[in-house]
Amino acid sequence: MLGTIIQQTVNALTIGSIYALIALGYTMVYGVLRMINFAHGEMFMLGAYAAFLALTLVVGDIGAVGAIGLTLVFFGAIVAVGFVGVGIERLAYKPLRNSTRLAPMLSSLGVSLSLVTGVQILAGPQPVGFPSFFPTTRFDVFGGTVTLVQIGILIAAFILMFGLYMLVNRSRMGIIVRAVSESRPTAQLLGINVNMAISMVFFSGPLLGAAGGILYASYYGIMSPTMGAVIGLKAFTAAILGGIGSIPGAMLGAYILAFVEVGGTALLPVVSGGVLGTEYRDVLSFAILILVLLMRPAGILGEPVSEESMVYKREF
Amino acid sequence: MSAADTPAAAAPRTRRIIPFLVFALAIALLVATPFLPNYHIRVINGLLIYILLGIGLNIVIGYAGLLDLGFVAFYAVGAYTYALLASPQFDLHLPFLLILLIAAFLGMLTGILLGIPVLKLRGDYLAIVTLGFGEIIRIMMNNVDWLTGGPQGIARLDKASVFGIEFARPVEIYFLLLVIVFTVAVLVWRMEQSILGKAWAAIREDQDAARGIGINTTNAKLAAFATSASIGSIAGVIFAASQRFVSPESFTLQESVLIVLMIVIGGIGNILGIVAGAAILILLPEVLREFAEWRILFLGLLMIVLIIIRPAGIVPRSFGPDKLIRGLFGK
Repeated sequence: MLGTIIQQTVNALTIGSIYALIALGYTMVYGVLRMINFAHGEMFMLGAYAAFLALTLVVGDIGAVGAIGLTLVFFGAIVAVGFVGVGIERLAYKPLRNSTRLAPMLSSLGVSLSLVTGVQILAGPQPVGFPSFFPTTRFDVFGGTVTLVQIGILIAAFILMFGLYMLVNRSRMGIIVRAVSESRPTAQLLGINVNMAISMVFFSGPLLGAAGGILYASYYGIMSPTMGAVIGLKAFTAAILGGIGSIPGAMLGAYILAFVEVGGTALLPVVSGGVLGTEYRDVLSFAILILVLLMRPAGILGEPVSEESMVYKREF
Repeated sequence: MSAADTPAAAAPRTRRIIPFLVFALAIALLVATPFLPNYHIRVINGLLIYILLGIGLNIVIGYAGLLDLGFVAFYAVGAYTYALLASPQFDLHLPFLLILLIAAFLGMLTGILLGIPVLKLRGDYLAIVTLGFGEIIRIMMNNVDWLTGGPQGIARLDKASVFGIEFARPVEIYFLLLVIVFTVAVLVWRMEQSILGKAWAAIREDQDAARGIGINTTNAKLAAFATSASIGSIAGVIFAASQRFVSPESFTLQESVLIVLMIVIGGIGNILGIVAGAAILILLPEVLREFAEWRILFLGLLMIVLIIIRPAGIVPRSFGPDKLIRGLFGK
């Protein structure tokens, strides 16, 4: 029993860490631009593909790379996706910065469609096996199984999130980003380079999302061009749940969502006496999301919003 | 393209030529369709169903200014209403028109049920709750097997028939759709001009001011949700009757997003815009069929470009059906 609890907890923490990495990108973009970036799930997908490309084309054989090589591939791939993110912002969202609020959101849908199809054309639409970045060692903890992959994911996610925390809270760049997120016009009046802050957000968000993609692909051993859609929606849900625009909120929301999912899978059939199967765990997640939004529209850790502040003029 | 670019003298003439061209093209297409091969008629039928969906969703998004990303749920309600009441699933075989009425009513009911809890939400928050609602409906359809047949869906639906006339072949469905789309479009357009439509416009422009001048925003919003949902549901019935098969696959989030895109690219808040948007997003992929997945890539890039260069849509709100008619008959 204790073993099962430990195993499920580690499962939830693993999935939660991956959700958190992606959710951070949604929440930071929203914080700065008040825009839902529907193309963010594709950064997650691109991360896995970029790492795979680096491994197969540049390095050749995965066995010969070694731990340092793998780390280099990992960071190379996520930084590359970070630059892709900055480029996309310049081309597809920047021209719409003074347009209606719906416009960049829909433009991001176009970006998402183009990226998925682009990868399908280049790499084929079928799922591809992904080499694990970690040895497949298993540990037995009080009867439950914990894999080295899971521990690796937890450590990598922790390092990345700690890095983001330091960047946002302890660096000059972080102050700029936070100032723009607080109020873009005021930041501009104070002489802050708003474009710089936005580029920074569109660099670090996709970078973290790409890291999530690589970790996810090596956890499940598979990747596909459409993998970003489902996980993107989950991470987005997590960001909303925690309070969109809030960085700790995105992390909290991601772990809550992961625990609801893992718990739902394990408990729903037992609690309902077999009426509701595990497939209802997504209904449970969305139901919780809707309930939270109805009671506290700003999410768990978001700034409280009144009905009046939900809408910015010139919505459509 | 704006009036400022054209020389003042030429302006009235261009203003008349464009409506005439549009009108002539539309009539030509409508008349020619029945003589096309079945495959093409099916594509046109798909286009008409999307126009119907667009007209429905446009009430909430374009008129009342509320972003709904779960519209496909109402479409599903209609489709499954037909599938359950006119198939061997429960061995019920009700007449088509009766089901159409039931579905419109059920759609309205679901619209109000969704509308009541989200009345206090606006903007992105509303979009997200409606998105979650749409996903919940889809997951339910996938899993309540005894009712909906699960992922396999429900097959062998009855042929639609009205007063003994059967609507099963693509051409027959086409005529049925034409009548329904035209009727709904005229009704909705009249609604937009009515006092209720003005209330919607007031809510869209500034809800607090609307409340201030004594508009009952609760009722107006619920009316928008109800009307829009019942049109979505009607579209679902016709979709089910023309496919004679329904499954959850037809009601994904992507579908909702496609309808929103159609409205925004075409011209938000304008029925003519919806027709243009549907024509681009539905017909273009069919026309470019031989380019396989390249056409989807092209479509994605086109979406970005169109939103950047024409933020108000291809046919802006100011060029509504009234302008078209006035242009045709010279005021």
